Amino acid sequence: MLPRGSGGIVALGLGAALLAVLPLFVSSYYVELGTYALISAMLALSLQLLVGCTGLVSLGHAAFYGLAAYTVYLVTPANVGRSILLTLPLAMLVAALAALLVGALSLRTRGFFFLMVTLAFGQMLFFLFHDTKLGGGTDGAYLARPLLAIADWQLPLTRRQRPYAVYYVALALLTLMYVGLALLLRSLFGRVLEGIRVNEHRMQALGFNTYRYKLAAFVIAGLLAGVAGHMWAMHRGFVNPELLGWHRSAEALLMILLGGLTTLHGPIIGALAYTALGEVAQSITERKLLVEGLVVLAVVIALPKGLSGIGQLRIFRRTAATAPTAKAGPAEARADG
Amino acid sequence: MAPFSPSLTGRGFGVARGSHARQATLLPLTLALSPPKSGEREHGQCHMDFPGLLAQLLNGVQYGLLLFLIASGLTLIFGVMGIINLAHGSMFMIGAYVAYLVARQWGSVWLALPVAFLGGVLLGLVLERGLFRYFYAREHLDQVLLTFALILLFEEARSLIIGNDFYSVPVPALFDFSVPITAGFSYSAYRFAVIAICLALALALFWWIERTRAGAIIRAAAEQPEMVDVLGIDARRVHMTVFAIGTALALIAGVLAAPLYSVYPNMGDGFLIISFVVVVIGGLGSVSGAFWSALMIGLVDTLGKAYVPKLAGLAVYVLMAFVLIWRPSGLFGQRS
Repeated sequence: MLPRGSGGIVALGLGAALLAVLPLFVSSYYVELGTYALISAMLALSLQLLVGCTGLVSLGHAAFYGLAAYTVYLVTPANVGRSILLTLPLAMLVAALAALLVGALSLRTRGFFFLMVTLAFGQMLFFLFHDTKLGGGTDGAYLARPLLAIADWQLPLTRRQRPYAVYYVALALLTLMYVGLALLLRSLFGRVLEGIRVNEHRMQALGFNTYRYKLAAFVIAGLLAGVAGHMWAMHRGFVNPELLGWHRSAEALLMILLGGLTTLHGPIIGALAYTALGEVAQSITERKLLVEGLVVLAVVIALPKGLSGIGQLRIFRRTAATAPTAKAGPAEARADG
Repeated sequence: MAPFSPSLTGRGFGVARGSHARQATLLPLTLALSPPKSGEREHGQCHMDFPGLLAQLLNGVQYGLLLFLIASGLTLIFGVMGIINLAHGSMFMIGAYVAYLVARQWGSVWLALPVAFLGGVLLGLVLERGLFRYFYAREHLDQVLLTFALILLFEEARSLIIGNDFYSVPVPALFDFSVPITAGFSYSAYRFAVIAICLALALALFWWIERTRAGAIIRAAAEQPEMVDVLGIDARRVHMTVFAIGTALALIAGVLAAPLYSVYPNMGDGFLIISFVVVVIGGLGSVSGAFWSALMIGLVDTLGKAYVPKLAGLAVYVLMAFVLIWRPSGLFGQRS
């Protein structure tokens, strides 16, 4: 999951530095696009804790993301933004509580059922906001964006400066999230999650209550998705039910697959690549989904390990590549990754 | 995921050809029987009268049977091949658009049924041989993403070929009338026809699965795939058959649904997710489980939409949550 050796850490540092200086060189449109990519990266990274680390494929993860965004909407009075110091913890708390509830029920099932149950709970929350007037119904609602403020003091920002500030807040939170997850994975907790992914029965035999570990991972993932959802509300100042929909969840899975299941930085790369892909597709053709669909299809078929596995493609290797025999291949490859 | 509102006359919005007179005579009845709009509810006019309830029950059965056609394919495909096919909703969507195109070209929805069946069998075979067979042993995640990509591609193809507009599909002339049941209450003949066709297909499917040699092999393949291989049965043919039949059933469901719900972009999405709920409640791989749970979901969803419109979207999922707490592998599923 984590980069090995100094080379990997240097590469990570360089990537972070690149993201940090990016706004100095591009127009404000691309700064906003970058913010969106960072938010997607947070969502994908939070989901990676479940998918890549623990082996739990959830198809309802966007529910916590959307729920957090709606929390910001619900605690913000009309036209008056609240401090981020209030909205962020609240959004995280609500997302974590929802994840606790959903996780406690859905983790009773496994495999296909887990996938479907998380999907159904996600749709349940989707319809909660879609069918009722809780948050503007189908059309969604605008909200006063959270302010960068401590008590009565507010960071003085002009209209032009604000997108830059939000970009850096998102970047800082993403970095924190990455470091936090990296530390978590190095701890006993992270090792147990890895053990569950490889062989849950063995972990149970070793005396670990795997249900509790999975639930803890689910809640942490929900909480972190809440951070992403909060940043969406802060970035766009708009919420709609699509935020919770299963298409968004599937997109997050796509980003993970694109970047690679076996690393913690994979989802970030995947999210940046996916956002860039969407942007390029949009500029070339009106058929954005067509391009995305074809790219995803190509990746799923040819690159089961995501973009990071591109070096292992047959055309890049002289030796006759034996295609990994499905189930055994990726699982074993990941066991030591 | 556009919400659809089944109208009692069995006709989507948009006026079907040459039926203005009938439309006029039906109008008062339709008004009296249609689910109360939220505006009317506030005036306290909502009460559960018997014909209204009966109509909603029939709607629920009809909706549930349509769901069964979709869910039976899903559950068979998962049961036998272990594939999570999110693109199954797109098959339904394709069926509905086939109905629209056939009705526009040749003026009859009936012709769409054989077209959809043959097209579905062909499409199923192409997808199974060309794509899905490489994914049987892959992880669920890969299957989800593959089929999600297929959804995007099918929707784009739909948008390229037909566009993004709503279209209504006329009810077939043969059933374009209402059947009087009691004084002052009648019910769309087309909906009765849909119920009858779905029941006939369900019976045929049960007969095929339970009584024929091919069905026995499919049941065995769902339960113990290794044993089926060991016995020298060609797994490829089993897979191709199941995929072709499952896909064809979804297309037929789409054809039958088109005159009821019109055709519109992403129409497969809503049906797909509800069908997954049906499969989960019914138990994976169980066709009879899918049948009973489809009826249950159809009734709960329809009655919910009619009498508690604000919470109807939630009702089905709440039901599923309770079933899973009670029996984590579905009502009819084997405990494993």
